[in-house]
Amino acid sequence: MNGTLKHTNFDVETIRKDFPILQRKVNGKPLVYFDNAATSQTPQQVIDTIVDYYSNYNANIHRGVHTLSQEATDLYEQARLKIQKHFNAKHSHEIIMTSGTTHSINLVANGFSSLLEKGDEILVSALEHHSNIVPWQMLCERTGATLKVIPMNELGELVMSDYEALLSENTKLVFVNHISNALGTINPIEIIIDKAHQVGAAVLIDGAQSCPHLVPDVQALDVDFFVASAHKICGPTGVGMLYGKEEWLNKLPPYQGGGEMIAEVTFEKTTYADLPHKFEAGTPNICGGIAFGTALDYMNSIGFENIAAYEKELLIYGTQQLLEIEGLKIYGTSANKTSVISFNIEGIHPYDIGTILDKMGIAVRTGHHCAQPIMEFFNIPGTVRASFSFYNTKAEIDALVSGVKKAKMMLS
Amino acid sequence: MTITEIKNDIIEEFAMFDDWEERYQYMIDLGKTLPLIDGQYKTEDNIIKGCQSKVWVHADMKNDKIVFTADSDAIITKGIIAILIRVFSNQHPKDIIESDTDFIDQIGLKEHLSPTRANGLVSMIKKLKMYAVAYQTQLN
Repeated sequence: MNGTLKHTNFDVETIRKDFPILQRKVNGKPLVYFDNAATSQTPQQVIDTIVDYYSNYNANIHRGVHTLSQEATDLYEQARLKIQKHFNAKHSHEIIMTSGTTHSINLVANGFSSLLEKGDEILVSALEHHSNIVPWQMLCERTGATLKVIPMNELGELVMSDYEALLSENTKLVFVNHISNALGTINPIEIIIDKAHQVGAAVLIDGAQSCPHLVPDVQALDVDFFVASAHKICGPTGVGMLYGKEEWLNKLPPYQGGGEMIAEVTFEKTTYADLPHKFEAGTPNICGGIAFGTALDYMNSIGFENIAAYEKELLIYGTQQLLEIEGLKIYGTSANKTSVISFNIEGIHPYDIGTILDKMGIAVRTGHHCAQPIMEFFNIPGTVRASFSFYNTKAEIDALVSGVKKAKMMLS
Repeated sequence: MTITEIKNDIIEEFAMFDDWEERYQYMIDLGKTLPLIDGQYKTEDNIIKGCQSKVWVHADMKNDKIVFTADSDAIITKGIIAILIRVFSNQHPKDIIESDTDFIDQIGLKEHLSPTRANGLVSMIKKLKMYAVAYQTQLN
């Protein structure tokens, strides 16, 4: 595969050259892309991997005796090893390739159907994305288990004393996102995991929003399940991963039936393949999986310490500049948050602000960010969310600030 | 005025503007002139749920013509509704059923009628037409 990765010093202008899309114009203005929490942009190195795969290696994996199939299999399995190494999983078979975070969560939720019974309890945080609420509601309907919610406070932080009070020997599962997509709050998952383990509950952490900003060490965290999507980390859409501790993955039944996941099939009985293939029915997103590996290489070549330090700078600058606008209120004001600013201007609907910003080439997210319970908590229809990535600049934040000022002037 | 005459008027008005800012400013101003829905009709039943902004619509029949009133919590959405209502209100149900919304494209606001805008406008137009169909049935 081609695409050598070189980034020894952090220089945003050099980094921006890796992202072809950042050169384009939207509505006649240079694109300012601040919707990174929804999906990240794709560097040339990842695009090259995708082109290279379809140009040179495209074949179905794991079963062909021919050269192409073996090469594609090697690349795909190398990607799994890269993911294992990145997240510091003990075994590569603890990495299940999925179509993304939502798929990963549903896989675990489905697996727990056979492990839960009436009277069992599942805890989810009030900061969850819908995809992290609905599968558990469905699981509770199937099993008779009860869903309980860890509340949040005005700062957008989980109330840890309430969490501890909710934990009991009935608690079988705890589901918390590492970082809130709507507010950017970083949850204290180390404590959450530790407390849950004290009552014997398993913990699933949704890392969709954390993986772009930091490197979770699943062994150090002692987390039971960890999920993430490639497209938030400069990879392609439609591919993601589930990390599960080996003993947990062995306990869960397969999610989907099909090719790849079987060892032996007769009409009387099928025996399932070993991990990870037991959970990987059918032909996977081969190219996406390989490109996921390249994306991790790319992010690591820039360095997560560099990324975190630079994004923190952007967050502080953006927060200061935006707060100078009269009537602007930021939601999610924890001291412990990533480069996400969720805000509203008094008396103006977030949809209107987003529409005007779009006319100026500035991409933000508006609405409830698939986290309606959070919006209900603050009693607002939604927010404008600007989420910064390591390829954004202070000049772009200046463009956002003047855009918001203009929108305010037009809409007031 | 007929629906076609009103549409032509609107197209002419919007043709005066040079850039998006003027167009949007005009639309925002139009939003302020929207014949507002009576509070009693601003119910869950009359709400058209887009993903982001809410839209309420109500219809009354007066002298065989439909009179629409509406509201939205977002002002740009309100502006578009004001334009649509200016076209469709005080018209015979049959004329409403037979007319289209192509003029939105001609005044440079096409993006607002894309289903991905999640502003409830596409559903709103459907609802206006549904009212027209319902009243037309009554007239028959």
